[in-house]
Amino acid sequence: MSLWNWITETQVWRSIFRHKYPDNPRDQSLAVLSNVFLHLHPIKVKKSGVRMSFTWCMGGITFFLFLVETITGILLMFYYRPTVEWAFNDIKALRELAPLGIMRELHRWGAHLMVITVWLHMLRVFLTGSYKPPREFNWNVGVILLVLTLLLSFTGYLLPWDQLAVWAITVGTNMARATPFLGHEGPGASLLALGDVQIVTAGSDVRFALLSGTLVGPAALLRFYVLHCIAIPLAAGLLMAIHFWRVRKDGGISGPL
Amino acid sequence: MQYFEYVKYIIDGYILGPVTFFFLSVVGLAFMFVFRSWWTKGSVALTVLIGSTIFTFLSMSDPDFAAIVKKPDNIPIIIMLGSIGFCLWIAFRKMVINDQLIEKGLPTLEEQEVRKRVFCWPDLVYAEFLMLLLVTIFLLWWAIVIKAPLEEPAAASKTPNPSKAPWYFLGLQEMLVYYDPWLAGVIFPGMIVNGLMALPYFDLNPKGNGYYTFKERPFAIVTFLFGFIILWVLLILLGTFLRGPNWSFFGMYEYWDVHKLEALTNVNLSELFWNHLLEKPLPTNILLREAPGFILVIGYMAALPPLLANTIFRKIYVQIGFWRFNIMINLFLMMAALPIKMLLRWVFNLKYIVGIPEWFFNI
Ligand code: HEM
Repeated sequence: MSLWNWITETQVWRSIFRHKYPDNPRDQSLAVLSNVFLHLHPIKVKKSGVRMSFTWCMGGITFFLFLVETITGILLMFYYRPTVEWAFNDIKALRELAPLGIMRELHRWGAHLMVITVWLHMLRVFLTGSYKPPREFNWNVGVILLVLTLLLSFTGYLLPWDQLAVWAITVGTNMARATPFLGHEGPGASLLALGDVQIVTAGSDVRFALLSGTLVGPAALLRFYVLHCIAIPLAAGLLMAIHFWRVRKDGGISGPL
Repeated sequence: MQYFEYVKYIIDGYILGPVTFFFLSVVGLAFMFVFRSWWTKGSVALTVLIGSTIFTFLSMSDPDFAAIVKKPDNIPIIIMLGSIGFCLWIAFRKMVINDQLIEKGLPTLEEQEVRKRVFCWPDLVYAEFLMLLLVTIFLLWWAIVIKAPLEEPAAASKTPNPSKAPWYFLGLQEMLVYYDPWLAGVIFPGMIVNGLMALPYFDLNPKGNGYYTFKERPFAIVTFLFGFIILWVLLILLGTFLRGPNWSFFGMYEYWDVHKLEALTNVNLSELFWNHLLEKPLPTNILLREAPGFILVIGYMAALPPLLANTIFRKIYVQIGFWRFNIMINLFLMMAALPIKMLLRWVFNLKYIVGIPEWFFNI
């Protein structure tokens, strides 16, 4: 214990942590209050709300997985070029050349796991009726997060540029062709015409906007890459900040009124 | 082991098919609701767990089954099944206990503790830290044991058969069997998202807020779980494990033969009505030809809601009022449209209720 005492007495330690070991109410409060990460939490919580059997910890795990994905994703970006010439070879090289080559595995399995945990989180929020007032809005933030999680996973699926990737994305994005009015094979699209000139064609419909082309090609790869690494994570991060803030503003984890 | 060959034979030969798969799932879900106080007992749940584990292991001895299950990207589905099962068990257990407590006029499990406040440090942060460690260990183990898949480089000319979307969208892909892409791939997913977002604004039942209960909100829970378990999760299973080349149906232990073709003898409602019922040729006017279908669809979406509001949903209608009821019932009917179309397909070989391929407008 003397080493511990010595460390915690140093000026360096005390400049970081402005409280003693949290074994008494005052320091327990300070530990949470004076730490930028922990202060997401209130100082005290309902006993019913911290029960693992109540929340299943699924929101927390989802958030943790999002962080894992961010870190492993940044590492992967060092090795990956989103062009048709390089994408596949970079992924292959990653497996063969990169030391401790499980980054890709961590990233991929973490992503799958995140899809599962976000569903389970929604399931528990539903089953505890936690979408009811005053949490309607936060439920809605959650639904958008759910969609973003799926889109993150979907856009990432293309990046290895192998058969699995390209055809899964082809099958998925083919749906957009059939969007009513906006897809060139959707009902109503043929009604949108200026005289004889069709407005919605294979070269101008929503699928084209999504892929930046009529098939899953180089432009689609770049587009999905940017969406996957920048646009969607930023949006999801922002919404998570709102989500967590609202959990507290709505009175913390739900419980009987 | 030998006996298991018989089991396999019976499962594939006599039990499994898209129809029985769906019906057994629905029966299973109904069973879950009705006998919830029985299967949530520890001993029963443990038996089910051990039984399904043994069954999975035995099944893995089958090369065709193992080939699909062991695909790296299908492993998450097994994990999902296990975790959903476990979580539902916890939830239903609490529901049963709470419903009994409520009946006796006692406070629920959550109510007993809701006014007790504990410090976040250590009660919450330690739990979070523990979960963080467990997830990290699990993920590391998974990443070390199973390599991420990397197939041949992409080739636009080599279409794989079957071509499948990522597993979490396979429920939607399975819907394509019954509805055209504009519905199965665009409108229905949109409705799912819209429906989830609208949910808190039309479920005005004040009970069951912040605690597990079944008896205080049976309609909400049954509808939601029907959608989530049957129409989402089980369709993913069907789409992943039981659909092979050409999206034909294959048994759990069946070899995925590219040449297996299912006879497609589906007919449109217009043909059933004009050719078979009236014994006339199809009218050339598209709208006249499809009139029976239009009448059915419009009747379903427009005439059924007021009817339901005055009969079985009367209580809900009175509680939530005209606008909310209409939004809710529309979403509800949209959701019911999937199993209804499935039934029509299986019973009448019905292809389209309204079939206007000229306008890409098929329902
Ligand atoms: C990326 C996705 C998400 C993350 C990281 C996330 C994170 C969290 C966390 C950490 C909590 C605190 C309680 C708990 O862990 O259960 C929470 C609560 C909540 N979440 Fe999420 N969530 C996500 C998606 C969703 C979704 C999809 C929904 C619903 C459709 C949702 C609705 C809610 C609601 C209503 C609460 C308050 C629950 C209560 O007070 O009991 N969230 N979320």
